[in-house]
Amino acid sequence: MNYFELFDLDPVFTVDTANLAERYRELQKAVHPDKFASQSEQQKLLSVQRTAQVNDGYQTLKNPLRRAEHMLSLRGIDLSHETTTVKDTTFLMQQMEWREMLDDISHSNAPQDKIDELYDSFASYEKSLFNLLAELLASEQEQDDKSAAEQVRKLKFMAKLQDELTRIEDDLLD
Amino acid sequence: MAYSEKVIDHYENPRNVGSFDKDDSSVVTGMVGAPACGDVMKLQLKIGDNGIIEDAKFKTYGCGSAIASSSLVTEWVKGKTVDEAASIKNADIAEELALPPVKIHCSILAEDAIKAAIEEYKTKQSK
Repeated sequence: MNYFELFDLDPVFTVDTANLAERYRELQKAVHPDKFASQSEQQKLLSVQRTAQVNDGYQTLKNPLRRAEHMLSLRGIDLSHETTTVKDTTFLMQQMEWREMLDDISHSNAPQDKIDELYDSFASYEKSLFNLLAELLASEQEQDDKSAAEQVRKLKFMAKLQDELTRIEDDLLD
Repeated sequence: MAYSEKVIDHYENPRNVGSFDKDDSSVVTGMVGAPACGDVMKLQLKIGDNGIIEDAKFKTYGCGSAIASSSLVTEWVKGKTVDEAASIKNADIAEELALPPVKIHCSILAEDAIKAAIEEYKTKQSK
């Protein structure tokens, strides 16, 4: 399923989110099961399926990481089921270091300060990865798609770190 | 998901956790990560002049299966030659720990960590 086609949008990484939300509302209305209440069972079922598709498409295109993954899958690189191992030592060292810092938060005297610092570090690193990713995806060269996939893999590690940090912050507030 | 007893044992009592002095010239490091789950694994091998692995240590951030897989391989590689260690297959690890299919990638990560460390050893040797 090509979600860009479903939403009638250009298949580019720099999606206009306001436009995307507008298209989502229109599509949602057009396929909503309530509209098919008086129609055949088959029509109703189809409407439910279409609604699920529209929702999934919106979630995919709204989230930059999932959007990039979707673009790459349309270009023949499937990242969602892969078991590729990342071996970039510099990157992984940094991941280790950040994980260690996450572990240290609970022993810190000023945990919230540490959390804020890490949010900033993660955000600025993610931003640089996303900038590079946008450039690579725009070129539409096979070699650049491969590099783009590398950035997506790195961003997945960052998403995991973000989740951990949020979890730690939630625990702290309890 | 139910973990096997062996996974729980390694998870609760991980063997050989930690790091060697990175300036020790007989130590090589394999760093690997799995994007699907964000797991990061560091495996260090201390290799003697005769090419036999004298000691191993690991540090893994990840799920129970990833920790158990790396803990297990630190036990397995000790006393082996570099080539013997390089022949350890992820299927052996998965079988020993009775990993379910969704956790097979944890054993792949452990196999790749050994390979990465040995690759560094071979690079060092050829210098």
